[in-house]
Amino acid sequence: MFDVNVKGRAGTVDIAAEFSVSSGATCLFGRSGSGKTTLANMVSGFVQPDSGWIEVEGVRLFDSSKAIDAPTRQRRIGYVFQEPRLFPHLSVRSNLTYSRWAGRRTVSRSLDEVVSLLGLEKLLDRKPTHLSGGEKQRIAIGRALLSDPRLLIMDEPLASLDYQRKDEILPYLDRICREADLSVLYISHSLEEVTRLAKNLVLMEDGKTTAFGTVAEVLAGAGIEKDGFHRRSLIEGKVSHVDPEFGLVHVGIGAGEVLQIAAPDLNAGDHLRLSVSDRDISIAVKRPEGVSIRNVVQAKLRSIEMTASPHVDVLCQIGDHELRARITRASLHDLGLKPEMEVFLMVKSVSIDEHSPSTPKGF
Amino acid sequence: MFASLQPNEIEALLLTLKVSVVALVCALPLAISVAYVLSRFRFPGHGMLNAAIHLPLMLPPVVTGYLLLLLLGPSGPLGRFLLENFQFTPAFNWKGAALAAGIMAFPLIVRPIRLAFDAVDPKLEQASASLGCHGVFTFLIVSLPLALPGVLGGAILGFAKAMGEFGATITFVSNIPGETRTLSLALYTAVQSPDGDALGLRLMIISICLAIFALLLSELLVRRLRARLEGADV
Repeated sequence: MFDVNVKGRAGTVDIAAEFSVSSGATCLFGRSGSGKTTLANMVSGFVQPDSGWIEVEGVRLFDSSKAIDAPTRQRRIGYVFQEPRLFPHLSVRSNLTYSRWAGRRTVSRSLDEVVSLLGLEKLLDRKPTHLSGGEKQRIAIGRALLSDPRLLIMDEPLASLDYQRKDEILPYLDRICREADLSVLYISHSLEEVTRLAKNLVLMEDGKTTAFGTVAEVLAGAGIEKDGFHRRSLIEGKVSHVDPEFGLVHVGIGAGEVLQIAAPDLNAGDHLRLSVSDRDISIAVKRPEGVSIRNVVQAKLRSIEMTASPHVDVLCQIGDHELRARITRASLHDLGLKPEMEVFLMVKSVSIDEHSPSTPKGF
Repeated sequence: MFASLQPNEIEALLLTLKVSVVALVCALPLAISVAYVLSRFRFPGHGMLNAAIHLPLMLPPVVTGYLLLLLLGPSGPLGRFLLENFQFTPAFNWKGAALAAGIMAFPLIVRPIRLAFDAVDPKLEQASASLGCHGVFTFLIVSLPLALPGVLGGAILGFAKAMGEFGATITFVSNIPGETRTLSLALYTAVQSPDGDALGLRLMIISICLAIFALLLSELLVRRLRARLEGADV
């Protein structure tokens, strides 16, 4: 459990945060300047809230009503900052084991395990100064993992990196968020990272938390108001059939519907979480014929959300899943769409958001 | 070169080194603490502390020496207290010379160290805290090593100042051969006497040699330190 209810002020932002999420990877999502880092600094003890409480994995780190305010060094919050903040005069090895020798912590994870997880074998005896940004950030992640944290905060660890470096690090973050037996608070303003890494989502705007819950719940709800990005629907599914001839796999998503996706290295029985952008779904009132799009699924139209723009959001249901499609108001009018209608969704592209093999492997 | 020196010259040289080393060894830890406090913390009286430290730099050295004499001299309040309770007096002996040199050198030692601490990113100290390290150890493991070039610079500057200190020393502890007559005071005495030209010249050359040696040594040390800190892989 990760339970926060704090009010406070730092710089120009008034913070009023309230959320409670289960253990695992939680993403704190909001635009720049919305107070995400300040909230993280309150959790780690760098900034003192005016009132409220912070509880991580059953331990009260801060509680104004009981005068509890644990010092940062005793909170066991691993912190990966936006910039790596490595100690430049120490070797990579000494940086990684810092918590052990300088912080006197007993660490359950072994150095070798973390070094191989993050691919740091060749860097151990070097000084951090001349390493690349991606390498430094991997070392910073390793250093935080080796501090035996009860919660690992990652404050936009990819922000200072270019695309290539991001792609280099993302798989490691994936592994940490999914396979490590560890709660993670991942701060981001990239929805792609959110849907890829997190299980829970906390939305923040102007210093206030506006929604929290599982990623699917929050994204499907009206929590995100802004138009700037694609809203993605998440669908849980299971690989029912692999078609090696055309390189496709068939994923059952419930209610007898199947999506075909191009993905290597999947086996029948694997569980998947798929993600579909609202702009990649078109709607037809009759089953379309003679189109190249392979994924056409039947759904029930649930509700229509009008917006200020010439577009509308159409929420549809397949089994237990809710899908959001964005179409023009003109199409809505021409097709005569109404709630409870049976429609056909043409899904142009699907991405894999989470993949857990049928036999889970350990961290 | 050392063998060709006269006994009184050797005496002055050794006394100067003793006074300067003692002054530096006592002043440096205090200077490091004060520099760190000035660099990291803002508190009421911050400006006052800063000004008080720089005062010896602004005042005429004779004034500082005279103040010391009034305070710590045999009839001064603090001087009498020390004498009665600890049988210790700095007046008119080499300890007083070291004290005067230390006080005069203090602002010159503090300044480069403070600048060095300013340049150490406080975010590194935050990172250290988040990894479980106590503040005192963070200072010893992170902040101080990263500020070492500045500490060394301050020490060299302070040492040079202590060796050349004249005004406060002669006012506070007078000019006693073998006890408080350092190189500068010996040189002054030689210049004052009618047949002291040769001695004065020799003392001058000794001073210059000492200064050049200290400068080269510091340059070498700073360069090595920088290489180790920023440097390159092992």
